[in-house]
Amino acid sequence: MASVEIRDVRKAYGSTAVIHGVNVDIKDGEFVVLVGPSGCGKSTLLRMIAGLENITGGQILIGDRVVNDVPPKERDIAMVFQNYALYPHMTVYDNMGFSLRLRKADKAEIESRVARAADILGLKPLLDRYPRQLSGGQRQRVAMGRAIVRDPQVFLFDEPLSNLDAKLRVAMRTEIKELHQRLKTTTVYVTHDQVEAMTMADKIVVMHDGIVEQVGAPLELYDRPDNMFVAGFIGSPAMNFLRGKLGSENGKPVFRSDAGLALPIAKAPSASDGRPIVLGVRPEHLTAAGEGASVDVVVVEPMGSETQIVAKTGDQELICLFRDRVMPNPGDTIKIACNPNLVHLFDPDSGKTIAA
Amino acid sequence: MTDAAIASTATGRSTWERVTSHRDWMGFWFMTPAALILIMFLAYPLGLGVWLSFTDAKIGKAGSFVGIENYEWLSDDTVFWGAVFFTLGYTIIASIIKFGLGLYVALLLNKNLPFKALLRSIVLIPYIVPTVLSAIAFWWIFDSQFSIISWSLTKMGLIDHNINFLGDPWNARLCLIAVNIWRGVPFVAITLLAGLQTVSPSLYEAATIDGASRWQNFRFVTYPLLTPIIAVVMTFSVLFTFTDFQLIWAMTRGGPVNSTHLMATLSFQRAIVGGSLGEGAAISTAMIPFLLAAIGFSWFGLQKRKWQQGGDND
Repeated sequence: MASVEIRDVRKAYGSTAVIHGVNVDIKDGEFVVLVGPSGCGKSTLLRMIAGLENITGGQILIGDRVVNDVPPKERDIAMVFQNYALYPHMTVYDNMGFSLRLRKADKAEIESRVARAADILGLKPLLDRYPRQLSGGQRQRVAMGRAIVRDPQVFLFDEPLSNLDAKLRVAMRTEIKELHQRLKTTTVYVTHDQVEAMTMADKIVVMHDGIVEQVGAPLELYDRPDNMFVAGFIGSPAMNFLRGKLGSENGKPVFRSDAGLALPIAKAPSASDGRPIVLGVRPEHLTAAGEGASVDVVVVEPMGSETQIVAKTGDQELICLFRDRVMPNPGDTIKIACNPNLVHLFDPDSGKTIAA
Repeated sequence: MTDAAIASTATGRSTWERVTSHRDWMGFWFMTPAALILIMFLAYPLGLGVWLSFTDAKIGKAGSFVGIENYEWLSDDTVFWGAVFFTLGYTIIASIIKFGLGLYVALLLNKNLPFKALLRSIVLIPYIVPTVLSAIAFWWIFDSQFSIISWSLTKMGLIDHNINFLGDPWNARLCLIAVNIWRGVPFVAITLLAGLQTVSPSLYEAATIDGASRWQNFRFVTYPLLTPIIAVVMTFSVLFTFTDFQLIWAMTRGGPVNSTHLMATLSFQRAIVGGSLGEGAAISTAMIPFLLAAIGFSWFGLQKRKWQQGGDND
């Protein structure tokens, strides 16, 4: 096991820069998820750690060693690919033992290490099968088995669950997390799915357009996003953003949206009356209330455990997630309230969080 | 009442109606055009050829059955045996080299080269030029007086007199094999290139991370995944080479002194040029066992490998 350090790493294809100086520290044994929308550079960063892409600038360290010019096979890493990349002409056993065979390990060693990995992943009955004869989840597990057999310093996962159906994805998510808790190998995991990131990570790195927007523990990102991008990306359904101005009412700070919706806030930056601002509030932090701000219901989506309501205030849409079973009809006007401590204020120009 | 009604309609149908509307007959009708074409243009000429080989037919004279006399005659004919051995050598040497070069070119073309599409089309040129045309070009290249090869080597001071390319039996054989290779490489290369492009790049990445060198990438990933297509392309390559005719006929007509006859050219020479249809047919018929052997051999290679077959969960 080893730590991974990414120091001011840059990547450019010709004159097109895709990663602009990224710094991430990954501690020994940590499970780090790189998350971001497609095209943000997260897969490229992972492939640079693996050695499949050249590093244009900066340094990547695995353990204490700078690996910029170390070929992939000497980096002591294992990677699980999105399409699994299983060798179709080899049995599960041979797929898992291939790296050892290349290292000229003796047969007994290959056998014991493959058996151990197969045991961990429940692949014992499938060792003689070919990849074609396996289901998606089984292939996924073989791909992980191939990584485990090598007992590497670092596991790299490149969107490993995106080819699975929704149900299996949830099951494999748990399985990967369990596996990490058991093996405690440093893991870098790339996904575009923030739910995967939230549920699995010790630490999340949110990337966007080739830069790191924020690094932190899942709940830290959820509770204290640095900027509007992170606030909108983490959490599902996404945070509501309302444009408006700060004001005060009876000496208490209040937010007034452009459409006239008024919401009380706990603290406002001093001397800020009339300042344009973006207010962020998560759908789950809005409650149906006897009195409060009025909004018009557009769509009601009951899900049993909760009810999602798309409402409108002026021309802005607002998504509310109610725990209670309220069932208004489309077109109704309902009153909503929110905990003033759970709203976020952003600067409309920079998108940065305003500390109150 | 109902039974009676059905019986009456059944008997009421004419044979013609049944033949034109019954399921089994319909299948038969659909098959007929294809079957007729195959019988007329493949089965009948083949059968006729085999039959002629047992007769003493000449051009202008319907022959009579002579048993295996033609074959007995051929078994003592050194020119025939020369053609058999040259055909085998020609096929084996040319096929092996075509495979090697074709695979090499395919691997080169599969890389990210500049002007990739252009290079790929250029590689196809030898294959699309009509055989006779390229044969005539090579005829000039190998000309005893005006050969550009002899000229260049002389200019470089490597030789002091022209090489007798097509006038010397061994030189002529090697030249023909070289031209056949030149013509055949594009077919092998482009087909294998198509096969290479079906191999997912992530397999190479996975193998690289697993510790495979470039050679091991080829040995353990590329080659095994390519074997099904190699079997197909080499079967065709062997069959085409074994039955080659145009190239030889355009360049040497089997000469000098019958040293470059393939079985196909010798058969044509005896049957059409020489008029001995029976003997020519016997030479052609003698090719059949070799071709069957080649097909039989590749049949094993063409069988689906275990890893290509789907399982219960597929």
